[in-house]
Amino acid sequence: MLKIKNLHVKINENDKEVIKGLNLTIPDGEVHVIMGPNGTGKSTLSQTIMGSPKYRITNGDIIFNHTKLNDLATDERARLGLFIGMQYPTEISGVKNVDFIHAAMNAIKPDNQKVSVLEFMQRLDTVMDFLDITEDYTNRYLNEGFSGGEKKRNEILQMMMIQPKLAILDEIDSGLDIDALKVVSKGINEMRDNNFSSLIITHYDRILKYVRPDVVHVMMDGRVVTSGDYHLAEQLEAGGYANLRDLLGIDAKLVDD
Amino acid sequence: MIIIDDSIKNLNDNYQYGFKDNFNPLYSTGDGLNEDIIREISAHKNEPEWMLKIRLKAFKIYKKLPMPDFGPDLSDLDLNKIRYFQRASDHVSRNWDDVPDQIKNTFEKIGVPEAERKYLAGAEAQYESEAVYANIKKEFKEMGIIFSDTDTALREHPDLVKKHFGKLVTPQMNKFAALNTAVWSGGVFLYVPKGVHAKIPIQAFFRINAGRTGQFERTLIIVDEDASVNYVEGCTAPNYSEDSLHAANVEVFVKKNAFCRYTTIQNWSDNVYSLETKRASADENGTMEWVDGNLGSKVTMKYPSIDLNGPHATGTMLSIAFASNNIYQDTGCIMRHHAPHTSSNVVSKSICKSGGICNYRGTIRMNKEAHYSKSHIECDTIIMDDDSASDTIPHNEINNGDSEVEHEAKVSKISETDLYYLMSRGLSESEATKMIIMGFIEPFSNQLPMEYAVELNKLIDYQMEDSVG
Repeated sequence: MLKIKNLHVKINENDKEVIKGLNLTIPDGEVHVIMGPNGTGKSTLSQTIMGSPKYRITNGDIIFNHTKLNDLATDERARLGLFIGMQYPTEISGVKNVDFIHAAMNAIKPDNQKVSVLEFMQRLDTVMDFLDITEDYTNRYLNEGFSGGEKKRNEILQMMMIQPKLAILDEIDSGLDIDALKVVSKGINEMRDNNFSSLIITHYDRILKYVRPDVVHVMMDGRVVTSGDYHLAEQLEAGGYANLRDLLGIDAKLVDD
Repeated sequence: MIIIDDSIKNLNDNYQYGFKDNFNPLYSTGDGLNEDIIREISAHKNEPEWMLKIRLKAFKIYKKLPMPDFGPDLSDLDLNKIRYFQRASDHVSRNWDDVPDQIKNTFEKIGVPEAERKYLAGAEAQYESEAVYANIKKEFKEMGIIFSDTDTALREHPDLVKKHFGKLVTPQMNKFAALNTAVWSGGVFLYVPKGVHAKIPIQAFFRINAGRTGQFERTLIIVDEDASVNYVEGCTAPNYSEDSLHAANVEVFVKKNAFCRYTTIQNWSDNVYSLETKRASADENGTMEWVDGNLGSKVTMKYPSIDLNGPHATGTMLSIAFASNNIYQDTGCIMRHHAPHTSSNVVSKSICKSGGICNYRGTIRMNKEAHYSKSHIECDTIIMDDDSASDTIPHNEINNGDSEVEHEAKVSKISETDLYYLMSRGLSESEATKMIIMGFIEPFSNQLPMEYAVELNKLIDYQMEDSVG
């Protein structure tokens, strides 16, 4: 279970507070969605949960399965079972996708449970088939020259190989065509079980047609302002964020106002 | 006589190959250099008179030439304390059984893979000043390939040696080229006859094993018309207490339509001055490629060059340099375009950390006749910390109106974003750093024979060990 209590976060570069007292709980086995207008701190939240060095927590706690994450390094969080599908996966030249994924799988496993090359290749084949990923993916360099859609598929491929306990998916649906969106959704649904939970960050409700969330949260100005089931997303789509803001009587400035 | 005390082994355990054999040279000229010693070296080898003349002339030039006035500081290098000639054993061994056990043990310790001995064409191990082991596969002999140490070649193929020796690397080029010419010993001679393609890499293994031992290999490679060869040499050296000099000269002749790739991996121990002179020529439509990795030493100054003499000749320099713990790597290359439609390509990758210095120093010269020629230079450097430094010193000379030279240089630190991405998948900072570095040098390592690539990865892995807290 992920528990975030009264979280305040600043961006290191400009010392600006972006998350301003956020509370969020994601029980095991549930898929939660965070929606919200631009510039409201959604990506900052996801990066902060994963421990990006670009942000710092000034107040509050992030607790995952009884372990306080605040001061843990990113790799330590990954080894606790956290995963982030990034909005802009970085390109690393010279590192083969296949080697990286194998290393990543083994990095979170104790010495006596390392995955052999054969076992790994078999699993990789299965997952790649499942995600309609072409064979040339493996020998290409990590994300180098990948299209936006290929990068997102690659994030889902990594997630399915690594089998995290909690996957934060930051705008995993942006820039995807319908086919890719379906594939990505298929991957997320395949992961769903009692030991897996997910936090999906998105602007649009279209991914929610394929991945039915347990809870939808709306974030504005660094806080979760309302939560509900997936009907909330439909309501947002129809009325827009400004409408919801006024409905809730919140004094939050939207970037595009 | 040099007997290395076991205690020296323990002086510095940080160095991976920090061991040495109890080695006893059969013959040595002692410290320092004068004309008598040069005569003695030549007489000891029963050399023809013309070679002695070349040596003596080079010695005169050596005395006149100044030390290099650029790059690393060489003032700690005492040329009077170098032992200019010693002999490990009297004969070049023709088969493995004849190789002394102690030397076999050394290979065992370095981990020269069994598979290499089996599959590679021949292993020639430079032990002290001469080759002690030369094994040429039968089919190579049948193909007419001559592969031996240079001393043997001088005895058995004097005309071939005389025609090429010193024609590319002249004593006038620099002080250490002159010194090598005066006192050279050992090295590899390789001749590939017309139209012959040596399909598997020909490999030699060099190392230094005693303090104060000057190493002056002289390597001469001739790839005749329409022939091709892939030559690989690797160096690892054990640790010892005194400074040591390695001043090799390498000459490669690539004739019309021929191909040569010369791959070197050097990992000298951190007290070695590696001051080498390498020069190749490529005739019409010929291709010369230097693949050069410098991982160790105290100071390396090495600028392999290629003379593109015939139309459509191509030259390539692909290099990596790794400098840590105050190592100074001053490397680069020189491309001389003398003919039309010639092209050259330079890719230089360097990594420096913990006070290491990596410089790229290169020259591209397009002569008047080199119409429609082109050259591309790419220098990439990763600086791992604030104690380390790197400089790119390109010199481009274009003496005609229709040639192109492109130069790209990039100096960077390891990207925080890249590290974060890898760490978000559970890799520790140190594993992530290593992975990024391995990726950075991949364009180099993927050009190496498998065994070398594996060894290179191990070396880099080891050298990166202490790079992150």
